[in-house]
Amino acid sequence: MGSRGPRVRISMKIVVAIKQVPARDSQLRIDATGRWIEESDLAYEVNEPDAYALEAALRLKEEHGGEAIALSAGPARVSQAIREALAKGADRAIHIEEDLGALDPLAAARLLAAAVKTEAPDLVLTGLQSDDLGYGQTGVILAELLGLPHATIVMQVELRNGGIRVKRELESGWFQHVEMPLPALLTVQSGISKLRYATLMGIKKARSKEVKRLKAADLGVTLESASVRLDRAYAPVRSKHAQLIAGEPREAAERLVEKLRFEARVL
Amino acid sequence: MSVLAILEQRPSPDGRPEWNRMSFETLAAAQQMAAELNTLASAAVAGQDIETLAWDLAGRRLAAVYAVEHDLLRQYTADGYATALRQLIERVGPEIVLFPHTYQVRDFLPKLATAMGRVAVSDAVSHRIDGGEVVLVRQLFQGKVNVDVRFAGGPPHFASLQAGAYRAGRMAAGEAAVEKFVPRLSAADIRTRPLERFRENGHDVDLTAAEIVVSVGRGVREAGNIPVVEELARALGAELAASRPICDAGWLPSARQVGSSGQTVAPKLYVAVGISGAIQHLVGMKGSRTVVAINKDPNAPIFEVADYGVVGDLFEVVPELTAAIGKLK
Repeated sequence: MGSRGPRVRISMKIVVAIKQVPARDSQLRIDATGRWIEESDLAYEVNEPDAYALEAALRLKEEHGGEAIALSAGPARVSQAIREALAKGADRAIHIEEDLGALDPLAAARLLAAAVKTEAPDLVLTGLQSDDLGYGQTGVILAELLGLPHATIVMQVELRNGGIRVKRELESGWFQHVEMPLPALLTVQSGISKLRYATLMGIKKARSKEVKRLKAADLGVTLESASVRLDRAYAPVRSKHAQLIAGEPREAAERLVEKLRFEARVL
Repeated sequence: MSVLAILEQRPSPDGRPEWNRMSFETLAAAQQMAAELNTLASAAVAGQDIETLAWDLAGRRLAAVYAVEHDLLRQYTADGYATALRQLIERVGPEIVLFPHTYQVRDFLPKLATAMGRVAVSDAVSHRIDGGEVVLVRQLFQGKVNVDVRFAGGPPHFASLQAGAYRAGRMAAGEAAVEKFVPRLSAADIRTRPLERFRENGHDVDLTAAEIVVSVGRGVREAGNIPVVEELARALGAELAASRPICDAGWLPSARQVGSSGQTVAPKLYVAVGISGAIQHLVGMKGSRTVVAINKDPNAPIFEVADYGVVGDLFEVVPELTAAIGKLK
Protein backbone atom coordinates (compact mmCIF):
# COMPACT_ATOMS: atom_id res chain seq x y z
CA MET A 1 0.00 0.00 0.00
CA GLY A 2 1.10 3.56 -0.61
CA SER A 3 2.56 5.80 2.04
CA ARG A 4 0.11 7.79 4.10
CA GLY A 5 0.62 11.42 3.28
CA PRO A 6 -1.10 14.33 4.91
CA ARG A 7 -4.62 14.86 3.63
CA VAL A 8 -4.13 18.47 2.73
CA ARG A 9 -5.23 20.19 -0.39
CA ILE A 10 -7.03 23.41 -0.09
CA SER A 11 -9.80 24.33 -2.40
CA MET A 12 -10.56 21.40 -4.71
CA LYS A 13 -12.33 22.52 -7.83
CA ILE A 14 -14.62 19.73 -9.01
CA VAL A 15 -16.73 19.61 -12.16
CA VAL A 16 -19.45 16.94 -12.11
CA ALA A 17 -21.08 16.07 -15.42
CA ILE A 18 -24.71 14.99 -15.06
CA LYS A 19 -27.21 13.81 -17.64
CA GLN A 20 -30.96 13.93 -17.57
CA VAL A 21 -32.61 10.71 -18.78
CA PRO A 22 -36.20 9.42 -19.09
CA ALA A 23 -37.54 8.26 -15.71
CA ARG A 24 -36.92 4.59 -15.00
CA ASP A 25 -40.55 3.43 -15.30
CA SER A 26 -41.23 5.32 -18.57
CA GLN A 27 -43.28 3.66 -21.28
CA LEU A 28 -41.27 4.40 -24.41
CA ARG A 29 -42.57 4.76 -27.96
CA ILE A 30 -40.55 5.02 -31.15
CA ASP A 31 -40.98 8.41 -32.83
CA ALA A 32 -42.03 9.19 -36.41
CA THR A 33 -38.43 9.18 -37.71
CA GLY A 34 -38.05 5.55 -36.56
CA ARG A 35 -34.63 6.48 -35.24
CA TRP A 36 -35.39 7.76 -31.75
CA ILE A 37 -38.04 7.74 -29.04
CA GLU A 38 -41.03 10.06 -28.69
CA GLU A 39 -39.80 12.52 -26.07
CA SER A 40 -42.74 14.90 -25.79
CA ASP A 41 -44.74 13.09 -23.12
CA LEU A 42 -41.89 11.72 -20.98
CA ALA A 43 -40.92 12.47 -17.40
CA TYR A 44 -37.18 12.93 -16.84
CA GLU A 45 -34.81 12.43 -13.93
CA VAL A 46 -31.10 12.67 -13.18
CA ASN A 47 -29.25 9.60 -14.49
CA GLU A 48 -28.75 7.47 -11.35
CA PRO A 49 -24.96 6.96 -11.59
CA ASP A 50 -24.58 10.74 -12.13
CA ALA A 51 -26.54 11.38 -8.93
CA TYR A 52 -23.86 9.34 -7.12
CA ALA A 53 -21.11 11.28 -8.90
CA LEU A 54 -22.70 14.52 -7.65
CA GLU A 55 -22.91 13.07 -4.13
CA ALA A 56 -19.20 12.13 -4.28
CA ALA A 57 -18.33 15.65 -5.49
CA LEU A 58 -20.31 17.28 -2.67
CA ARG A 59 -18.69 15.03 -0.03
CA LEU A 60 -15.19 15.78 -1.32
CA LYS A 61 -15.93 19.48 -1.32
CA GLU A 62 -17.31 19.34 2.21
CA GLU A 63 -14.30 17.39 3.45
CA HIS A 64 -11.57 19.36 1.75
CA GLY A 65 -13.09 22.68 0.83
CA GLY A 66 -13.45 24.06 -2.66
CA GLU A 67 -16.08 24.31 -5.30
CA ALA A 68 -18.45 21.85 -7.04
CA ILE A 69 -19.70 22.85 -10.47
CA ALA A 70 -22.56 20.94 -12.12
CA LEU A 71 -22.27 20.57 -15.88
CA SER A 72 -25.08 19.27 -18.08
CA ALA A 73 -25.81 19.23 -21.79
CA GLY A 74 -29.36 18.94 -23.08
CA PRO A 75 -32.47 20.94 -24.02
CA ALA A 76 -34.32 23.42 -21.76
CA ARG A 77 -35.81 20.62 -19.60
CA VAL A 78 -32.32 19.95 -18.25
CA SER A 79 -32.59 23.07 -16.08
CA GLN A 80 -34.66 20.89 -13.70
CA ALA A 81 -31.67 18.54 -13.20
CA ILE A 82 -29.38 21.53 -12.75
CA ARG A 83 -31.69 23.13 -10.16
CA GLU A 84 -31.68 19.82 -8.28
CA ALA A 85 -27.86 19.72 -8.25
CA LEU A 86 -27.68 23.33 -7.05
CA ALA A 87 -30.29 22.66 -4.35
CA LYS A 88 -28.27 19.70 -3.11
CA GLY A 89 -25.19 21.85 -2.74
CA ALA A 90 -23.41 22.45 -6.07
CA ASP A 91 -22.02 26.00 -6.06
CA ARG A 92 -22.83 26.89 -9.64
CA ALA A 93 -23.68 25.25 -12.94
CA ILE A 94 -23.05 25.21 -16.66
CA HIS A 95 -25.89 24.29 -19.00
CA ILE A 96 -24.96 23.53 -22.59
CA GLU A 97 -28.33 24.06 -24.21
CA GLU A 98 -28.40 21.63 -27.11
CA ASP A 99 -30.63 18.68 -27.92
CA LEU A 100 -28.34 15.66 -27.83
CA GLY A 101 -30.88 12.95 -28.72
CA ALA A 102 -28.99 9.95 -30.06
CA LEU A 103 -25.74 11.86 -30.54
CA ASP A 104 -22.79 9.51 -30.07
CA PRO A 105 -20.67 9.77 -26.91
CA LEU A 106 -17.67 11.32 -28.68
CA ALA A 107 -19.80 14.20 -29.94
CA ALA A 108 -21.35 14.68 -26.48
CA ALA A 109 -17.94 14.50 -24.80
CA ARG A 110 -16.53 17.13 -27.17
CA LEU A 111 -19.19 19.55 -25.96
CA LEU A 112 -18.49 18.73 -22.31
CA ALA A 113 -14.71 18.88 -22.80
CA ALA A 114 -14.91 22.38 -24.26
CA ALA A 115 -16.85 23.56 -21.20
CA VAL A 116 -14.58 21.76 -18.70
CA LYS A 117 -11.49 23.32 -20.28
CA THR A 118 -12.71 26.82 -19.45
CA GLU A 119 -12.87 25.79 -15.76
CA ALA A 120 -9.55 23.90 -15.47
CA PRO A 121 -10.77 21.82 -12.47
CA ASP A 122 -8.71 19.53 -10.21
CA LEU A 123 -11.19 16.71 -10.60
CA VAL A 124 -13.92 15.79 -13.10
CA LEU A 125 -16.57 13.29 -11.96
CA THR A 126 -19.40 11.60 -13.82
CA GLY A 127 -21.52 8.45 -13.55
CA LEU A 128 -20.14 5.23 -15.02
CA GLN A 129 -22.90 5.07 -17.66
CA SER A 130 -26.20 6.58 -18.67
CA ASP A 131 -29.49 4.74 -18.31
CA ASP A 132 -30.61 5.94 -21.76
CA LEU A 133 -27.92 5.30 -24.40
CA GLY A 134 -25.85 3.11 -22.08
CA TYR A 135 -22.59 3.48 -24.01
CA GLY A 136 -20.68 3.80 -20.73
CA GLN A 137 -18.02 5.83 -22.53
CA THR A 138 -18.57 9.56 -22.06
CA GLY A 139 -16.35 9.84 -18.97
CA VAL A 140 -13.36 8.03 -20.44
CA ILE A 141 -13.66 9.88 -23.77
CA LEU A 142 -13.81 13.15 -21.85
CA ALA A 143 -10.60 12.19 -20.00
CA GLU A 144 -8.85 11.46 -23.30
CA LEU A 145 -10.04 14.72 -24.88
CA LEU A 146 -8.83 16.64 -21.82
CA GLY A 147 -5.56 14.71 -21.61
CA LEU A 148 -6.35 13.54 -18.05
CA PRO A 149 -5.62 10.21 -16.34
CA HIS A 150 -8.81 8.42 -15.34
CA ALA A 151 -10.31 5.55 -13.40
CA THR A 152 -13.71 3.93 -13.98
CA ILE A 153 -16.27 2.26 -11.72
CA VAL A 154 -14.93 4.09 -8.69
CA MET A 155 -16.27 3.28 -5.22
CA GLN A 156 -14.11 5.56 -3.01
CA VAL A 157 -11.88 8.59 -3.46
CA GLU A 158 -9.16 9.76 -1.05
CA LEU A 159 -6.76 12.64 -1.46
CA ARG A 160 -3.15 11.55 -1.02
CA ASN A 161 0.12 13.44 -1.43
CA GLY A 162 -1.43 15.98 -3.72
CA GLY A 163 -2.95 13.23 -5.87
CA ILE A 164 -5.78 10.77 -5.34
CA ARG A 165 -6.15 7.15 -4.44
CA VAL A 166 -9.38 5.50 -5.62
CA LYS A 167 -10.97 2.14 -5.04
CA ARG A 168 -12.12 0.59 -8.31
CA GLU A 169 -14.56 -2.25 -8.71
CA LEU A 170 -13.24 -5.05 -10.91
CA GLU A 171 -15.21 -8.09 -12.00
CA SER A 172 -16.18 -11.10 -9.91
CA GLY A 173 -15.94 -9.42 -6.51
CA TRP A 174 -12.40 -8.06 -6.95
CA PHE A 175 -11.34 -4.51 -6.16
CA GLN A 176 -8.21 -2.50 -6.72
CA HIS A 177 -6.74 0.71 -5.40
CA VAL A 178 -5.27 2.98 -8.07
CA GLU A 179 -3.26 6.13 -7.45
CA MET A 180 -2.96 9.02 -9.85
CA PRO A 181 -2.01 12.67 -9.94
CA LEU A 182 -4.51 15.51 -10.23
CA PRO A 183 -6.14 16.76 -12.33
CA ALA A 184 -7.95 13.51 -13.12
CA LEU A 185 -11.33 12.16 -14.20
CA LEU A 186 -13.33 9.48 -12.39
CA THR A 187 -16.49 7.62 -13.34
CA VAL A 188 -18.49 6.76 -10.25
CA GLN A 189 -20.35 3.52 -9.46
CA SER A 190 -23.99 3.63 -8.30
CA GLY A 191 -24.92 2.84 -4.71
CA ILE A 192 -21.57 3.79 -3.13
CA SER A 193 -23.08 6.24 -0.65
CA LYS A 194 -26.44 7.46 0.54
CA LEU A 195 -27.81 10.18 -1.71
CA ARG A 196 -28.83 13.36 0.07
CA TYR A 197 -32.13 15.13 -0.47
CA ALA A 198 -32.28 18.83 -1.21
CA THR A 199 -33.30 20.76 1.91
CA LEU A 200 -35.78 23.64 1.81
CA MET A 201 -32.88 25.96 2.56
CA GLY A 202 -30.92 24.38 -0.29
CA ILE A 203 -33.79 24.89 -2.71
CA LYS A 204 -34.06 28.53 -1.63
CA LYS A 205 -30.33 29.13 -2.02
CA ALA A 206 -30.26 27.46 -5.43
CA ARG A 207 -32.34 30.28 -6.90
CA SER A 208 -29.52 32.76 -6.49
CA LYS A 209 -26.75 30.48 -7.76
CA GLU A 210 -25.11 31.14 -11.11
CA VAL A 211 -26.11 29.05 -14.14
CA LYS A 212 -24.03 29.76 -17.21
CA ARG A 213 -25.96 28.93 -20.39
CA LEU A 214 -23.99 28.13 -23.52
CA LYS A 215 -24.62 26.82 -27.02
CA ALA A 216 -22.32 24.46 -28.91
CA ALA A 217 -21.33 27.38 -31.15
CA ASP A 218 -20.19 29.38 -28.08
CA LEU A 219 -17.82 26.50 -27.34
CA GLY A 220 -16.67 26.23 -30.95
CA VAL A 221 -18.03 22.68 -31.26
CA THR A 222 -20.15 21.28 -34.12
CA LEU A 223 -22.70 18.62 -33.25
CA GLU A 224 -22.25 15.55 -35.40
CA SER A 225 -21.96 11.83 -34.96
CA ALA A 226 -19.20 11.15 -37.44
CA SER A 227 -18.26 7.54 -36.85
CA VAL A 228 -21.47 5.79 -35.86
CA ARG A 229 -24.75 5.94 -37.73
CA LEU A 230 -28.04 4.97 -36.11
CA ASP A 231 -30.19 3.20 -38.71
CA ARG A 232 -33.33 2.29 -36.84
CA ALA A 233 -34.83 2.10 -33.34
CA TYR A 234 -37.41 -0.55 -32.54
CA ALA A 235 -38.98 -2.56 -29.73
CA PRO A 236 -36.90 -5.66 -28.98
CA VAL A 237 -38.26 -8.97 -30.23
CA ARG A 238 -38.37 -11.69 -27.62
CA SER A 239 -36.47 -14.64 -28.95
CA LYS A 240 -37.47 -17.28 -26.41
CA HIS A 241 -40.85 -18.71 -25.54
CA ALA A 242 -40.82 -20.49 -22.23
CA GLN A 243 -42.39 -23.93 -22.03
CA LEU A 244 -44.69 -23.55 -19.06
CA ILE A 245 -44.92 -26.68 -16.98
CA ALA A 246 -48.30 -27.04 -15.34
CA GLY A 247 -49.58 -29.40 -12.67
CA GLU A 248 -49.34 -29.94 -8.94
CA PRO A 249 -45.98 -28.92 -7.45
CA ARG A 250 -44.60 -32.47 -7.21
CA GLU A 251 -45.74 -33.41 -10.70
CA ALA A 252 -44.41 -30.13 -12.16
CA ALA A 253 -41.06 -30.59 -10.40
CA GLU A 254 -40.66 -34.11 -11.74
CA ARG A 255 -41.61 -33.10 -15.29
CA LEU A 256 -39.16 -30.20 -15.10
CA VAL A 257 -36.32 -32.50 -14.00
CA GLU A 258 -37.12 -34.84 -16.89
CA LYS A 259 -37.06 -31.93 -19.38
CA LEU A 260 -33.75 -30.70 -17.98
CA ARG A 261 -32.24 -34.19 -18.28
CA PHE A 262 -33.49 -35.41 -21.63
CA GLU A 263 -34.49 -32.28 -23.57
CA ALA A 264 -32.08 -29.53 -22.41
CA ARG A 265 -29.52 -32.14 -21.26
CA VAL A 266 -28.13 -29.94 -18.53
CA LEU A 267 -28.46 -32.40 -15.63
CA MET B 1 -12.22 -6.77 -44.49
CA SER B 2 -10.20 -8.25 -41.66
CA VAL B 3 -11.42 -8.79 -38.12
CA LEU B 4 -9.22 -8.60 -35.01
CA ALA B 5 -10.43 -9.89 -31.64
CA ILE B 6 -8.70 -8.34 -28.63
CA LEU B 7 -8.92 -10.90 -25.85
CA GLU B 8 -8.50 -10.47 -22.11
CA GLN B 9 -6.32 -12.20 -19.56
CA ARG B 10 -6.04 -11.54 -15.85
CA PRO B 11 -3.93 -12.91 -13.02
CA SER B 12 -5.27 -16.17 -11.60
CA PRO B 13 -5.14 -16.75 -7.82
CA ASP B 14 -1.67 -18.31 -8.25
CA GLY B 15 -0.44 -15.23 -10.13
CA ARG B 16 -0.20 -16.78 -13.60
CA PRO B 17 -2.26 -15.19 -16.35
CA GLU B 18 -5.56 -16.88 -17.20
CA TRP B 19 -8.24 -16.13 -19.78
CA ASN B 20 -11.29 -14.09 -18.97
CA ARG B 21 -13.86 -16.55 -20.32
CA MET B 22 -15.72 -13.81 -22.17
CA SER B 23 -12.69 -13.71 -24.49
CA PHE B 24 -13.82 -16.92 -26.17
CA GLU B 25 -17.23 -15.46 -26.93
CA THR B 26 -15.48 -12.57 -28.69
CA LEU B 27 -13.21 -14.97 -30.54
CA ALA B 28 -16.20 -17.00 -31.75
CA ALA B 29 -17.96 -13.78 -32.82
CA ALA B 30 -14.84 -12.62 -34.71
CA GLN B 31 -14.58 -15.96 -36.52
CA GLN B 32 -18.26 -15.87 -37.41
CA MET B 33 -18.10 -12.27 -38.65
CA ALA B 34 -14.91 -12.98 -40.61
CA ALA B 35 -16.49 -16.03 -42.28
CA GLU B 36 -19.50 -13.94 -43.29
CA LEU B 37 -17.15 -11.34 -44.79
CA ASN B 38 -15.06 -14.01 -46.56
CA THR B 39 -11.94 -13.33 -44.55
CA LEU B 40 -10.07 -14.69 -41.55
CA ALA B 41 -10.08 -13.38 -38.02
CA SER B 42 -6.98 -12.69 -35.94
CA ALA B 43 -6.67 -12.50 -32.18
CA ALA B 44 -4.49 -10.55 -29.77
CA VAL B 45 -3.86 -10.58 -26.06
CA ALA B 46 -1.80 -8.05 -24.08
CA GLY B 47 0.25 -8.48 -20.91
CA GLN B 48 3.64 -9.84 -19.88
CA ASP B 49 4.66 -13.53 -19.89
CA ILE B 50 1.54 -14.37 -21.85
CA GLU B 51 3.08 -16.23 -24.78
CA THR B 52 2.07 -19.59 -23.31
CA LEU B 53 -1.47 -18.30 -23.00
CA ALA B 54 -1.40 -17.10 -26.62
CA TRP B 55 -0.36 -20.61 -27.71
CA ASP B 56 -3.75 -21.84 -26.38
CA LEU B 57 -5.17 -20.27 -29.54
CA ALA B 58 -2.78 -21.95 -31.99
CA GLY B 59 -5.43 -24.61 -32.64
CA ARG B 60 -8.11 -22.14 -33.66
CA ARG B 61 -9.05 -20.97 -37.15
CA LEU B 62 -7.23 -17.64 -37.12
CA ALA B 63 -4.90 -15.81 -39.49
CA ALA B 64 -2.60 -14.91 -36.60
CA VAL B 65 -2.41 -14.68 -32.83
CA TYR B 66 -0.55 -11.66 -31.45
CA ALA B 67 1.00 -11.80 -28.01
CA VAL B 68 1.41 -8.12 -27.13
CA GLU B 69 4.12 -8.24 -24.50
CA HIS B 70 5.87 -5.57 -22.46
CA ASP B 71 6.98 -5.35 -18.86
CA LEU B 72 4.84 -2.21 -18.53
CA LEU B 73 1.78 -4.31 -19.45
CA ARG B 74 2.35 -6.73 -16.54
CA GLN B 75 -0.27 -4.82 -14.61
CA TYR B 76 -3.29 -3.47 -16.45
CA THR B 77 -3.44 0.31 -16.92
CA ALA B 78 -5.64 2.18 -19.38
CA ASP B 79 -2.63 4.23 -20.53
CA GLY B 80 -0.47 1.15 -21.17
CA TYR B 81 -3.16 -0.88 -22.90
CA ALA B 82 -4.48 1.93 -25.08
CA THR B 83 -0.97 2.88 -26.23
CA ALA B 84 0.14 -0.70 -26.92
CA LEU B 85 -3.05 -1.76 -28.69
CA ARG B 86 -3.07 1.34 -30.86
CA GLN B 87 0.41 0.39 -32.10
CA LEU B 88 -0.75 -3.17 -32.80
CA ILE B 89 -3.86 -1.98 -34.66
CA GLU B 90 -1.76 0.41 -36.76
CA ARG B 91 0.63 -2.46 -37.58
CA VAL B 92 -2.02 -5.10 -38.37
CA GLY B 93 -4.54 -2.73 -40.00
CA PRO B 94 -7.81 -4.55 -39.23
CA GLU B 95 -11.08 -3.06 -40.40
CA ILE B 96 -13.08 -4.37 -37.46
CA VAL B 97 -11.75 -4.72 -33.92
CA LEU B 98 -13.89 -6.65 -31.44
CA PHE B 99 -13.61 -6.73 -27.65
CA PRO B 100 -15.49 -8.51 -24.86
CA HIS B 101 -17.53 -5.88 -22.96
CA THR B 102 -15.69 -6.42 -19.68
CA TYR B 103 -15.01 -3.86 -16.93
CA GLN B 104 -11.42 -3.62 -18.19
CA VAL B 105 -12.50 -2.96 -21.77
CA ARG B 106 -14.93 -0.32 -20.52
CA ASP B 107 -11.92 1.33 -18.86
CA PHE B 108 -9.64 1.59 -21.90
CA LEU B 109 -11.61 1.08 -25.13
CA PRO B 110 -13.23 4.57 -25.21
CA LYS B 111 -9.74 6.06 -24.73
CA LEU B 112 -8.22 3.94 -27.49
CA ALA B 113 -11.07 4.69 -29.91
CA THR B 114 -10.98 8.42 -29.15
CA ALA B 115 -7.21 8.54 -29.62
CA MET B 116 -7.81 7.06 -33.08
CA GLY B 117 -10.71 9.45 -33.81
CA ARG B 118 -13.39 6.78 -33.64
CA VAL B 119 -16.42 5.86 -31.51
CA ALA B 120 -16.65 2.29 -30.28
CA VAL B 121 -20.05 0.64 -30.48
CA SER B 122 -20.10 -0.68 -26.93
CA ASP B 123 -22.13 -3.54 -25.47
CA ALA B 124 -23.48 -4.85 -28.81
CA VAL B 125 -25.77 -7.89 -28.55
CA SER B 126 -25.73 -9.18 -32.13
CA HIS B 127 -24.76 -8.34 -35.67
CA ARG B 128 -25.71 -9.02 -39.27
CA ILE B 129 -24.07 -8.24 -42.58
CA ASP B 130 -26.11 -5.98 -44.83
CA GLY B 131 -24.78 -4.89 -48.23
CA GLY B 132 -21.27 -5.91 -47.22
CA GLU B 133 -21.47 -3.72 -44.09
CA VAL B 134 -21.66 -4.81 -40.49
CA VAL B 135 -24.84 -3.77 -38.68
CA LEU B 136 -24.66 -4.03 -34.90
CA VAL B 137 -27.60 -4.22 -32.51
CA ARG B 138 -27.45 -2.32 -29.22
CA GLN B 139 -29.92 -2.06 -26.38
CA LEU B 140 -30.99 1.38 -25.19
CA PHE B 141 -32.99 2.52 -22.19
CA GLN B 142 -31.99 -0.56 -20.20
CA GLY B 143 -33.27 -2.99 -22.78
CA LYS B 144 -36.57 -1.29 -23.63
CA VAL B 145 -35.46 -0.19 -27.12
CA ASN B 146 -33.08 -1.77 -29.62
CA VAL B 147 -31.16 0.13 -32.27
CA ASP B 148 -29.32 -0.94 -35.41
CA VAL B 149 -26.08 0.98 -35.84
CA ARG B 150 -23.52 1.08 -38.63
CA PHE B 151 -20.01 2.39 -38.67
CA ALA B 152 -19.51 5.58 -40.63
CA GLY B 153 -16.15 6.87 -41.81
CA GLY B 154 -13.07 4.80 -42.41
CA PRO B 155 -11.66 1.83 -40.49
CA PRO B 156 -10.71 0.70 -37.92
CA HIS B 157 -14.19 0.18 -36.50
CA PHE B 158 -14.45 -0.78 -32.83
CA ALA B 159 -17.15 -2.75 -31.02
CA SER B 160 -17.46 -4.52 -27.68
CA LEU B 161 -19.80 -7.47 -27.22
CA GLN B 162 -22.19 -8.06 -24.33
CA ALA B 163 -21.50 -11.07 -22.09
CA GLY B 164 -23.44 -14.07 -23.33
CA ALA B 165 -24.33 -12.48 -26.68
CA TYR B 166 -22.18 -15.02 -28.57
CA ARG B 167 -21.52 -18.66 -27.75
CA ALA B 168 -17.93 -19.54 -26.90
CA GLY B 169 -18.66 -23.14 -27.91
CA ARG B 170 -18.83 -22.12 -31.56
CA MET B 171 -15.10 -21.40 -31.88
CA ALA B 172 -13.81 -22.94 -35.10
CA ALA B 173 -10.71 -25.16 -35.06
CA GLY B 174 -7.74 -24.66 -37.38
CA GLU B 175 -4.15 -23.56 -37.27
CA ALA B 176 -2.79 -20.17 -36.29
CA ALA B 177 0.70 -18.72 -36.11
CA VAL B 178 1.59 -17.07 -32.81
CA GLU B 179 3.52 -13.84 -33.18
CA LYS B 180 5.05 -11.71 -30.45
CA PHE B 181 4.47 -7.96 -30.73
CA VAL B 182 6.53 -5.66 -28.52
CA PRO B 183 5.04 -2.16 -28.32
CA ARG B 184 7.11 0.95 -27.64
CA LEU B 185 6.16 1.98 -24.13
CA SER B 186 7.91 4.06 -21.54
CA ALA B 187 7.10 4.43 -17.85
CA ALA B 188 6.27 8.10 -18.47
CA ASP B 189 3.32 7.02 -20.67
CA ILE B 190 1.58 5.52 -17.65
CA ARG B 191 0.06 8.08 -15.32
CA THR B 192 -1.87 5.79 -12.98
CA ARG B 193 -0.34 3.44 -10.43
CA PRO B 194 -2.40 0.29 -9.86
CA LEU B 195 -1.94 -1.39 -6.47
CA GLU B 196 -2.70 -4.99 -5.48
CA ARG B 197 -6.09 -6.43 -6.42
CA PHE B 198 -8.07 -7.52 -3.36
CA ARG B 199 -11.33 -9.02 -2.23
CA GLU B 200 -13.39 -7.98 0.74
CA ASN B 201 -14.92 -10.25 3.35
CA GLY B 202 -17.61 -12.31 1.74
CA HIS B 203 -16.48 -11.21 -1.72
CA ASP B 204 -14.74 -14.47 -2.49
CA VAL B 205 -17.34 -15.88 -4.83
CA ASP B 206 -16.76 -16.31 -8.56
CA LEU B 207 -20.22 -17.03 -9.91
CA THR B 208 -18.93 -16.83 -13.48
CA ALA B 209 -17.13 -20.16 -13.12
CA ALA B 210 -20.24 -22.06 -11.98
CA GLU B 211 -21.92 -24.50 -14.38
CA ILE B 212 -25.22 -24.22 -12.54
CA VAL B 213 -26.51 -21.12 -10.74
CA VAL B 214 -29.62 -21.00 -8.54
CA SER B 215 -30.69 -17.42 -7.99
CA VAL B 216 -33.19 -16.06 -5.50
CA GLY B 217 -35.25 -12.85 -5.65
CA ARG B 218 -37.81 -10.81 -3.75
CA GLY B 219 -40.34 -13.66 -3.94
CA VAL B 220 -38.55 -15.38 -1.06
CA ARG B 221 -40.10 -12.68 1.19
CA GLU B 222 -37.70 -12.87 4.15
CA ALA B 223 -34.15 -13.83 5.07
CA GLY B 224 -35.34 -16.84 7.08
CA ASN B 225 -36.65 -18.44 3.86
CA ILE B 226 -33.33 -18.40 2.00
CA PRO B 227 -32.45 -21.99 3.11
CA VAL B 228 -35.36 -23.31 1.00
CA VAL B 229 -33.53 -22.10 -2.10
CA GLU B 230 -30.09 -22.90 -0.70
CA GLU B 231 -31.09 -26.57 -0.43
CA LEU B 232 -32.04 -26.62 -4.11
CA ALA B 233 -28.62 -25.13 -4.95
CA ARG B 234 -26.90 -27.79 -2.86
CA ALA B 235 -28.86 -30.62 -4.51
CA LEU B 236 -27.84 -29.29 -7.95
CA GLY B 237 -24.21 -28.65 -6.96
CA ALA B 238 -24.91 -25.05 -7.91
CA GLU B 239 -23.69 -21.66 -6.71
CA LEU B 240 -26.34 -19.66 -4.87
CA ALA B 241 -26.91 -16.19 -6.32
CA ALA B 242 -29.43 -13.39 -5.88
CA SER B 243 -31.03 -10.35 -7.46
CA ARG B 244 -30.10 -6.91 -6.17
CA PRO B 245 -32.94 -6.41 -3.60
CA ILE B 246 -31.80 -9.54 -1.70
CA CYS B 247 -28.21 -8.24 -1.45
CA ASP B 248 -29.26 -4.66 -0.68
CA ALA B 249 -31.32 -6.07 2.21
CA GLY B 250 -28.22 -7.91 3.42
CA TRP B 251 -29.84 -11.37 3.17
CA LEU B 252 -26.96 -12.58 0.98
CA PRO B 253 -23.55 -10.94 0.43
CA SER B 254 -23.32 -8.62 -2.57
CA ALA B 255 -20.64 -10.92 -4.00
CA ARG B 256 -23.55 -13.22 -4.91
CA GLN B 257 -25.44 -10.57 -6.84
CA VAL B 258 -26.20 -11.21 -10.51
CA GLY B 259 -27.09 -8.30 -12.78
CA SER B 260 -25.84 -5.02 -14.14
CA SER B 261 -24.39 -4.02 -10.78
CA GLY B 262 -23.28 -7.54 -9.86
CA GLN B 263 -21.75 -10.38 -11.78
CA THR B 264 -22.59 -11.45 -15.30
CA VAL B 265 -23.03 -15.19 -15.60
CA ALA B 266 -23.66 -17.53 -18.49
CA PRO B 267 -23.89 -20.99 -16.92
CA LYS B 268 -25.23 -24.17 -18.48
CA LEU B 269 -28.29 -23.92 -16.22
CA TYR B 270 -29.73 -20.88 -14.44
CA VAL B 271 -32.66 -21.36 -12.08
CA ALA B 272 -34.41 -18.10 -11.16
CA VAL B 273 -36.54 -18.49 -8.05
CA GLY B 274 -38.96 -15.70 -7.13
CA ILE B 275 -37.22 -13.25 -9.48
CA SER B 276 -39.49 -11.01 -11.56
CA GLY B 277 -36.79 -10.27 -14.13
CA ALA B 278 -36.05 -6.54 -14.13
CA ILE B 279 -33.71 -5.67 -17.00
CA GLN B 280 -30.89 -4.96 -14.51
CA HIS B 281 -31.07 -8.61 -13.53
CA LEU B 282 -31.63 -10.00 -17.03
CA VAL B 283 -28.46 -8.45 -18.46
CA GLY B 284 -26.51 -10.45 -15.92
CA MET B 285 -27.93 -13.88 -16.79
CA LYS B 286 -29.65 -13.95 -20.15
CA GLY B 287 -26.63 -15.53 -21.82
CA SER B 288 -27.26 -18.70 -19.78
CA ARG B 289 -27.77 -21.77 -21.93
CA THR B 290 -30.91 -22.98 -20.22
CA VAL B 291 -33.02 -20.79 -17.97
CA VAL B 292 -35.67 -22.10 -15.57
CA ALA B 293 -38.02 -19.61 -13.90
CA ILE B 294 -40.20 -20.34 -10.89
CA ASN B 295 -42.55 -17.47 -10.12
CA LYS B 296 -46.13 -17.04 -9.00
CA ASP B 297 -46.80 -14.19 -11.47
CA PRO B 298 -47.35 -15.61 -14.98
CA ASN B 299 -46.68 -12.12 -16.45
CA ALA B 300 -43.25 -11.72 -14.82
CA PRO B 301 -40.69 -10.68 -17.47
CA ILE B 302 -38.36 -13.48 -16.33
CA PHE B 303 -40.57 -15.86 -18.33
CA GLU B 304 -39.62 -13.95 -21.48
CA VAL B 305 -36.03 -15.16 -21.21
CA ALA B 306 -36.82 -18.56 -19.68
CA ASP B 307 -36.75 -21.87 -21.52
CA TYR B 308 -38.84 -23.60 -18.86
CA GLY B 309 -41.25 -21.98 -16.47
CA VAL B 310 -43.23 -23.16 -13.48
CA VAL B 311 -45.97 -20.74 -12.44
CA GLY B 312 -46.55 -21.41 -8.79
CA ASP B 313 -45.69 -20.79 -5.16
CA LEU B 314 -41.94 -21.21 -4.77
CA PHE B 315 -42.41 -22.54 -1.23
CA GLU B 316 -44.34 -25.48 -2.71
CA VAL B 317 -42.42 -25.97 -5.96
CA VAL B 318 -38.80 -25.59 -4.79
CA PRO B 319 -38.82 -28.33 -2.07
CA GLU B 320 -40.40 -30.73 -4.60
CA LEU B 321 -37.74 -29.83 -7.14
CA THR B 322 -35.00 -30.39 -4.55
CA ALA B 323 -36.49 -33.80 -3.78
CA ALA B 324 -36.82 -34.74 -7.47
CA ILE B 325 -33.17 -33.87 -8.09
CA GLY B 326 -32.13 -35.79 -4.98
CA LYS B 327 -33.66 -38.90 -6.54
CA LEU B 328 -31.28 -38.69 -9.50
CA LYS B 329 -28.21 -39.23 -7.36
